Amino acid sequence: MSIAIIDCGGANLRSVQHAFQLKGYEANITTEKTQIGQASHIVIPGVGSAGMVMNALNSLQLTSLIKELQQPVLGICIGMQILYEYSQEQNTKCLGIINGEIKKLPIQQGIKIPQMGWNEVIFDQSALSNLNNHYYFANSYYAEGSLETAAITDYKVTMSSVVIKNNFIGCQFHPEKSSVAGEQFLDYFLGLK
Amino acid sequence: MLCKRIIPCLDVRNGLVVKGVQFKNHEVMGGITELAAKYSQMGADELVFYDISASTEDKTVDKSWVQEISKVINIPFCVAGGIKSLEDARLILNEGADKISINTPALINPMLIKQLSDEFGSQCVVVGMDIKTINSKHLVHAKTGNEATAYSSEREASDWLEEIESLGAGEVVINSMNQDGMRNGYDLELINDLSGRCTIPMIASGGAGCMEDFTQVFRSTNVDGALAASVFHKDVFTVQELKKHLQLNKINVRG
Repeated sequence: MSIAIIDCGGANLRSVQHAFQLKGYEANITTEKTQIGQASHIVIPGVGSAGMVMNALNSLQLTSLIKELQQPVLGICIGMQILYEYSQEQNTKCLGIINGEIKKLPIQQGIKIPQMGWNEVIFDQSALSNLNNHYYFANSYYAEGSLETAAITDYKVTMSSVVIKNNFIGCQFHPEKSSVAGEQFLDYFLGLK
Repeated sequence: MLCKRIIPCLDVRNGLVVKGVQFKNHEVMGGITELAAKYSQMGADELVFYDISASTEDKTVDKSWVQEISKVINIPFCVAGGIKSLEDARLILNEGADKISINTPALINPMLIKQLSDEFGSQCVVVGMDIKTINSKHLVHAKTGNEATAYSSEREASDWLEEIESLGAGEVVINSMNQDGMRNGYDLELINDLSGRCTIPMIASGGAGCMEDFTQVFRSTNVDGALAASVFHKDVFTVQELKKHLQLNKINVRG
């Protein structure tokens, strides 16, 4: 197993690395094309903004490499959002692996933005129902339900909290900050081939 | 829906966790990583570390312990104390903290909130408000880590709340200085007044003494989380016991 964490410039890369290290796996933070291409599992972490992450990936010339990856790829939070075609956050053109756009959470009575804290994630396939749990979220933007939705979360809007398209998985929550539930989710990801 | 959060707060001074009463007479509670790991395993939803020596002595927090914490826990944590610039914040976030919290530097330079929010995202930026009620005015105070340096900013809490929201703060901690360490309940009137008009997540702080105080603050105000220190450090009850109590009272918490 060789895990590559793509350094898109955002803070908090270390938390993702530590989450793997806590489980006894080495994970390299990298921008190096060969290392990314040869990794068994690739993580696109995301703290910051969609514009910032896409700027980083564009200037590192990593976008076409990422789209062509065949091995399991996990996008976390913004890392999930940039799998879509477009994000309303800073009008950002994203990778376009998943059709559709990322929207700002609507301002509604009793809803705080950002969503910050532990919310319930419910998977739609019974094979994944063992992963149903509370996970930690920190987001102001979200993906609506679509064909790729694998799990949903209720925050007055129903958001896609996990999406799966071929070898690409995105999670809106932060598994690296979600205690035992997050560890189980990362185990699931590392179990994919 | 989103769970209400239980947040143990660890005041850090010279590398140790301490706790005072009304911001003075600090006692040593234990080591930072040991307590962090203990609370994380017990089911705390998040942790806050306040370097109380940093703000009052005009220095930034020593960051070495931030990375140590991020190695032993996998729940979110926030670091506060003496963060005055983007560079201070970047170092702490790069060491593995999820959020930084600012109080005095925000009062001195409110635009710092906007700069931090633009750079790192609003979810990273917490503003702490230490509030003392004087002649029924809720006044925000600065340099509260030490009684000798604390002073009133002359800002009314509700005005300051509105200002920090518009500058891009992602969360606010309302700390009642009148109640701090007294263990006779959160300042429900103050918190209710402020939480009713708040559009960003709000955390109640100061005064928790028994499990019922948490039930009350979640029932009678619109806060998203409750922060406490001495009840946890002194093992008055554990985080697990508290969560069980809250679930029995139909408060939505993570089990």
